[in-house]
Amino acid sequence: MSNAFIAFQKNDDSRCIVEAILEDNPNAMVDDQPSMVKIDVPNRLVIKRETVEEKMGREFDLQELQLHLITISGHLDETDDEFTLSWNS
Amino acid sequence: MAIDLRTVSITPLRQTFGHLARRMGADKPASRYLEATMDLQPVENYHYRPTWEPERDIFDTRRTAITMKDWYALKDPRQYYYGAWTLARGKMQEIAEGDFDLVEDLGLAAAYPAVGKELALKVFLPLRHVAWGSNLNKAYVSSYAYGIAMSQAACYASMDQLGVAQYVSRLGLAFNDLDALAEAKTAWLQGPEWQELRRYMEDVMVGQDWFEVLIAQDFALEGLLYPLIYERFNEKLNAAHGPVFSMLTRFQREWFGETTKWLDAVLKACAADNPENKAQLAVWIRAWRERAVVALKPVAALAFGDDADVILEELVQNLNARAAKAGIAL
Repeated sequence: MSNAFIAFQKNDDSRCIVEAILEDNPNAMVDDQPSMVKIDVPNRLVIKRETVEEKMGREFDLQELQLHLITISGHLDETDDEFTLSWNS
Repeated sequence: MAIDLRTVSITPLRQTFGHLARRMGADKPASRYLEATMDLQPVENYHYRPTWEPERDIFDTRRTAITMKDWYALKDPRQYYYGAWTLARGKMQEIAEGDFDLVEDLGLAAAYPAVGKELALKVFLPLRHVAWGSNLNKAYVSSYAYGIAMSQAACYASMDQLGVAQYVSRLGLAFNDLDALAEAKTAWLQGPEWQELRRYMEDVMVGQDWFEVLIAQDFALEGLLYPLIYERFNEKLNAAHGPVFSMLTRFQREWFGETTKWLDAVLKACAADNPENKAQLAVWIRAWRERAVVALKPVAALAFGDDADVILEELVQNLNARAAKAGIAL
């Protein structure tokens, strides 16, 4: 089983996104680097708009996360409500 | 010569301030909002009492009947600290200015039917005085509230009302120049339709308990007034005369939608703290809701004629539903 992962620059917005990921992906592993944070989840990583909005206290368009994005791995499936990275296994 | 590149990982000694780490029970990164809010107000070592109220401390929990185990539970879900608030308002203002420019460039205000203009000015423009009063009342909440969570959000809302008053005035200027403002002031001071509302505003201004002022101004009055004007009255004008009124009141509509989230979260946290709060909130809401209905009835009649009572009744139901959602049984 491979890890799907995503990495962000560290800032106030991405901190909320990371909190949301940790809440929605119980198996997530955080790699906290100075100025970068990388999150690994076995097989499938999902980011839910609703959870991010709750953390940020404002409306959030999932495409906004591209502003803070460094890299991803996994097949990407993007809808208005969810941003999912996964491996077929 | 060979150069060896070596990665050195530097771990920060701490993720956030000590008082936040103690509060959260772990040293993890905190949001700017939390950093700019939690426990910032002094709570001890007051050397001097205020000369204007020597029986109290400068910051004193006894200025309201509400009690809280933790005053910082009254958090703002919008997470506004000064920077975030100015950015959000700057954005809203830019959009609203765009609408005003468009209306002016295309001569939309001049082309607005005279009947619509007259009705809008009659029902809407005296509300600039309400917005100014609201600024004052929210400023009172901000000055005497306990804890930065509450006082900063109230301060932002207070400043927002100055903006609202200006947008109301500018609609008047667009529709009928300076005459509109003068007539609205006369109506506010002398028009029989406005005296109940004016009495309501002035009674709130002399309220002592800041949480009661918050309920009277923000929940009871604005909870009925904003939907009445910016939803119902707006729909009526739109249907009859086109969307110019909507364009010129965009800021207020967005502001109310957003500020409601804050107020409802505050009420919910307050009611959840202890049953006495819940009972006290219910008492205040019942009393001020009744008065707000009396104050708004003549204004609603001005706007809707015979339909006024039905519409007001619906809005009261919606307000009750908001209270119920916050856990307050009326």
